[in-house]
Parts: sequence; C-alpha cells; structure tokens
Amino acid sequence: MTPSPVEALSLEGITKRFGALTANDAVSFSLREGEVVALLGENGAGKTTLMNILFGQYAADSGTVRVFGKTLPSGNSRAALDAGVGMVHQHFTLADNLTVQENITLGAEPLFRLRADRAGARQRILDLSEKYHLSVAPDARVGALTVGERQRVEILKALYRDVRILILDEPTAVLTPQEAEDLFTTLRLAIADGLSIIFISHKLHEVMAIADRVVVLRHGKVTGGVNTKETDKAALAALMMGTQTETPKVANASPGAPLLTLTNVTTRNKGSAPGLKDVTLSLKAGQIIGLAGVSGNGQAAIADVVGGTLAPTTGTLDIGGRKQGNWSPRIAVQNGIARIPEDRHKTGTISDFDLTENAILERYTDAEFSKSGWLNWRAARNFASEIIQKYDVRCPGPDTPIRLLSGGNMQKLILGRTLEANPNVILANQPVRGLDIGAVNYVHSQLLAARDRGAAVLLISEDLDEIMTLSDVVHVIYDGQLSPAFTRGQKSPAELGLWMAGQGYESEVRDAS
Amino acid sequence: MEIVEILFTASFWAAAIRIASPLIFATLGEVICERAGVLNLGIEGIMVAGAFAGWMAVYSGTGLWVGVGVAMVVGMLFGLLHSALTVPFGLSQHVVGLGVTLLATSSTYYAYRLALPEVTSPPKIVAFQPFEISLLSEIPIVGEALFSQTPLTYLAFISVAVVAFILYRTPLGLAVRAAGENPNAVAAQGLSVTAIRMGAVIFGSGLMAVGGAFLTMSAFDSFFFEMVNGRGWICIALVVFGSWRPGKALLGAVLFAAFDALQIRVQQTSIGTAVPYQIFLMMPYILSILALVMMSRRAEIPAALMVPFNKGER
Repeated sequence: MTPSPVEALSLEGITKRFGALTANDAVSFSLREGEVVALLGENGAGKTTLMNILFGQYAADSGTVRVFGKTLPSGNSRAALDAGVGMVHQHFTLADNLTVQENITLGAEPLFRLRADRAGARQRILDLSEKYHLSVAPDARVGALTVGERQRVEILKALYRDVRILILDEPTAVLTPQEAEDLFTTLRLAIADGLSIIFISHKLHEVMAIADRVVVLRHGKVTGGVNTKETDKAALAALMMGTQTETPKVANASPGAPLLTLTNVTTRNKGSAPGLKDVTLSLKAGQIIGLAGVSGNGQAAIADVVGGTLAPTTGTLDIGGRKQGNWSPRIAVQNGIARIPEDRHKTGTISDFDLTENAILERYTDAEFSKSGWLNWRAARNFASEIIQKYDVRCPGPDTPIRLLSGGNMQKLILGRTLEANPNVILANQPVRGLDIGAVNYVHSQLLAARDRGAAVLLISEDLDEIMTLSDVVHVIYDGQLSPAFTRGQKSPAELGLWMAGQGYESEVRDAS
Repeated sequence: MEIVEILFTASFWAAAIRIASPLIFATLGEVICERAGVLNLGIEGIMVAGAFAGWMAVYSGTGLWVGVGVAMVVGMLFGLLHSALTVPFGLSQHVVGLGVTLLATSSTYYAYRLALPEVTSPPKIVAFQPFEISLLSEIPIVGEALFSQTPLTYLAFISVAVVAFILYRTPLGLAVRAAGENPNAVAAQGLSVTAIRMGAVIFGSGLMAVGGAFLTMSAFDSFFFEMVNGRGWICIALVVFGSWRPGKALLGAVLFAAFDALQIRVQQTSIGTAVPYQIFLMMPYILSILALVMMSRRAEIPAALMVPFNKGER
C-alpha cells in the first residue's frame, strides 16, 4: 500500500544527554500514515534512546514529539499509548510468571474496576492473533515461551491497544531466519491495515526488504534520509558508517610453535549441553583457529576449558610444552590466555562497576595495578583511559558505570582489555555477536593484528562466513566431537555444513580404529 | 494419648483461630507489599504502633471500630514513610524496613509515656466480645472454633477472601502482581510503578497495624510493651510459607497458631511435668522452620522483589 499523505508522527529537534554523552542531537524526522521507516545506525548511534523518548520512557532535554498533529507531553508512556504509539522493546517488557493474557491486558483496562472481562479479552486476543498470524496460547505462562513467541506477545500487547504507530526495536536480532520471515508477514498485514511502522535495525537486507524509507543516525545525529527504491545496500552502509567500508583482507599466515595444546580432553555433560569427547586441539602461534558448529554442540565446554573455568575430566592440557596440573581462570590468565567471553553482560563485565574497574578485572593483582595489597587507582584509571582512546570506546569517561555503554562500546572495552595484556592465546567466543558492521570490522582487524603479532586466536562463532573469512584453520564441533583440521579454502561452506550436521565423524572414527 | 485428645477439643481450635487472627492480618499485609515488589520489614514496628493506636483511641472514648480505623491510618502513615523511601528513592528495603520498625516501636513507647505518665499498670478497655453466629455456632467443634469468635477474627477471614479476589480477579490486582514481577512491563503499559508500589505498601501496612490492634482490642484488653513479641517476623516467614498467596498464608498462620495453642496445653499434661517448659515454648518455632523448609522449595518468589525501579535508567 502506498502511504497516505497524512503525517502520523513528527519528531522535531530531539536532544537527549546522559551525563557528558549526547545520545541524540537535534534529531528530526517524520512518518506518514501506512509508511514503514527504518531507523538505521551503528550500535550507540542513539536509535533506541530516540525511540524511548518517542514512547515516553525517557524525557527529552529539548524538542517536541507530535502524533497526528498533537504534541505529546514529555516522558509519559501513558500519553504515548493513548495517542496510539506502541513499542516492541528489544529487551522484552514481559512478566515471566504471568500468563500471556495477563501480560497483554495489563494496563489496558481501568484499574479500579471490580471485574475484568476475561472472556472478552481472551476472545479479542484470539481474534487478533488469527488476523495477524501471531499464534499464542492466552493461558500459557510467558516464562515457558520461546523467544519468538514472546515477541508475538509483545506485538499483540501493542495491537490489543489499537496502536496506529508501531515501533520495533531490533526485532529480528533474537529470531531465527524462519521466525523473521513470519514477523515480516505480520508486519505486512499490519501495514495493509494502515499502521505506520518504525523499524530499527542494523541489518541492511532487512531494511531494504521492509522499509519504504530509511533514516540514518550516526553519533546521535540524522545523517541521511533516502527512499529504499532509490538506494542500495552499499550506499546505505556508507551513510551509516560515514565512509565506504571494506571487509579486512586476510592473508595466510605461517604458524609457529604450539602455545596451547589439548590432548584427548574429555569433560562431563552439563545439562543438555554435551561435554567434550576425546578432543585434541593445538593452538599455534600466529594462527586463527576457527571453531564452527551449531550452537550447543560443545562450544561452551571448549571455551570453558581454554578459559580455565572447567578442568578436563581426562586428557591433558599443556602450555608451551609444560603440562598443567592445576587449572583455573587465574592460572590461565597468568599463562597469557586472554578471553573475550560469549556474554559480555553476564560474564564479561560487572555492570555497576565503572570502566576503570572493568578494565582491570582480570589483572588487578598484577604489579602494574597493585602493590602489597593496595590498588593503584591512578595506574588503573590511566589504563582505562588508554583503552578508551586507542579502541575508540565512546563514553563520557573512565568513571562511567559500564552498563550505560552500548553493546558495541562495551565489547570494544573488553577487546582493549584483552589485547593490551599482550596475550599469547586469545579466546574469542562470539566476539561480534550483536555488533554493527563498523564494530565487526574493527574487532576482526584487531584479531588479525594480534595474530600477526604472533598470538594464537581461537575464534568460536556460529557465523560460518566469519569463520571462513578469518580462520587459517577450521575445526567443526558436533556433539562434543571435533572434526579434523581443515586449512583455509579446503572445504566449501556446504561441506562444512555437513560436518556441522554430524556427518563425517563416524567414518573418522572408523578410519582411526 | 493426651495430645490426640487435645486435638479434638473445640477450645483448642478456638484458641488456635484466635492466636492466628493477628498473624492473618499482618501476613496478608506483607503479601500485598511483597507482591508489588517491596519487602516491608517495618511490619514488627507497625504492629506495635497499631496495637497502641487502636487501644489508645478506644481508651480516649471512641468506639471500637473507630479504634480499628485509627490503627489502620497510623499503619498507613508508617507505610507512606516506608514506601516514600524505598520506592521513589530506591533505598535499601532492609535498612528502611528495620528503621521503620525501630522508629515505630520507640515512638509508640514514647507516646504511651506521654499519654499515661503516671500509671504503673496499663488501664483496660472494654474489648471486642465474642459474637456467636446463630445456627453455625451450634455445629459441634467447628461451631465453637470458628463461629464463636470476635468480629475482628471474622474480618481477618473476610480480608483474605477480598484480597485474594482483588489480586487475582481485578485489573488492579494484575497491576500489583506485575509490579512485583517486572516493573518494566508495568511502565511500558503506561502505568505508574511508583504509584502502584506505594499504594500496595501503604495499604499493606494498614493491615499490619490492624493485626497489631487485634492484640489490644480483641485478644487482650490492654497495651503492654513487648506484646507484639516477634509476631511480625513470624509473618515474614509465613509469607514465604504461603508462597505469596493469601489463601496459603492463612493456612500457614492457622498452622503456626495451632502449634502455639498445642504447646500451652501439652505443658499441663503428664509429659509437661517431665520436660522443661522451654522446650514447649520452642516447639511452634521449630515446627514452623521445618514446615517452611518443606513448603518453600516450590515457592514462586516475585521476580522483582527488592529490585528498585528507576524510570529512564538504562
């Protein structure tokens, strides 16, 4: 459907600061009825902040929001909802212990009423879910739902309140490709009904597929607005990044001596995740070793063993030829193993600690940062400032709590902390998950630079393209078993895919016996 | 067996229900607070304040029901103080709760001394009298145990039903429960987490104070220092025992009270002369701990209990 000329929404001169950081700087754009506008930008460009202002969760420092010609009061979600603005948050705002229906009807009826019309509400939810292909069971506990189902509940929450403008914050980040297709079907149905949609993303192909128009944010400012018909992915990437980007060129490296070797390592299963089964793996200097595989096939176990949080049940582990008897994260760090953990929020950082404290988390007992039991805060703060500058961590300063940083900037701090320790071995577990192209390229080039300095890099990823581009040697892991080492270009993606599906391991065993 | 005989007497169950009544009010109040996500450790002090306020009002010449109202209002004021500090300011709920208990207790004793500077033994009031519900009270055992109680006990049981209805059947109750599960969900639906949480703490504190008032206006007819004697803390445990559900909390309160009533009676039997009486005094607490351990394993604690909510923070 072609958008009508009626203006559904206009933002004028929105500015928002968090401390010294300007998240939005005089942002203006508009949205017509029935139109889909994609808000494109890197991590930390200010997309989510802007939408939270529109939805009334933050109060803007200046600027106005108008919905269908009416100015919304600042920082009032109720007014935004009443005006017909609904938001599907990236981090869902659902109560796990309540049912789907309870989550949807929460706040939709007057509070002080003796009885809720539960049968009516239920029917309306079922009608909406049928109309928009959002199948959910109204009586299910939200905590028992999959991520995709939870997102449907979030969308239903908005539709239940008859919103006219729907904001979706990175809706596909948590979905499988199939679920993302289903989401697009739902959105097209909603557009056909005259809803206007703001779609936040940094995935270019999705933006091209769904949006009529793209508004690009960079460093909190609008840097461009184009119709998708008149542009292409490369041009959008350029708008988003500011410069034309290139994926790093990777030359083959000649490997050196083995730095860390696992020999016949076996570990116990951990819940439904398999442990390692007789894994032999050698990490050599000046080499990136890629570990491909469908998630949950033992990647966590291998990362835990290398990082020191898990000791092998049987098998040996040696560093530079010395066999390790005891094994712990501390011993690992002392032996020059540095880690980029899979979950930067849970295991990579302590969110209420500031950047300085997070920068020295792994090394606060080093002579550089402490002397006879006293921390040297000056050295720690200098170290943090150095990382901030060198790795372009965008933040107000080293005293900022790390939770205030965007994912990309948080990852840059972790990367800086890891690389500045001059490690021999780098465990990079999903180092670019959830990052935008600019940050991805940056992380990759830094890992390559570390390799060229002579470090061994173990790269664990579910993105086969990433593995194949960067790795000098690729292993596939399946059900805790490791495939033989394949050198760069030895196997096609399809062949590796077969190994990822579990084929080849048995013949391997047969060959060995 | 003498103990078994005790269990089949109507007077034993009547005593259990009577002892349970103040616990029911206060536990119910705490359930409401915690369901909204706020731990209210002011409970012990609020019960003391309620016990004094209700009794003092009646002693000064108001009617009994007005006294109950006065107790409730005093409790709500302390609830206002607690929630103002813990909700919009997000201060530690432990520290504020203990602070409110200390403040409420000591200011009550101070008020008592100001109001009655010269008395050596506290004066008595005419307390609530048992009210027999015709027909029902004639049922053997059950009639005497349940339907020959004072009006405040009936009110306690009615309150459980009313609160359960509000929590599970009305939009307001849903909002309260959601505030204790995920305040972000509440805010995203345009409701005020602050208003909901403060309201729940204020109302819950009012119920706690009525629980305290039961002691001076129904169980006894006078106010003593130390008369609440840790009942508030028992209620905190009963909330966990009851899995944050009004009905189960009622059950827990009656169970604890039954242990208490039992130990008094067992002391007077032949076993009682052989065993030091302190052992019997410990019994209800030990049995409560055991019951708590068994029951609370499956308890579903509100996910956002004790998690302050700050709007506009990332």
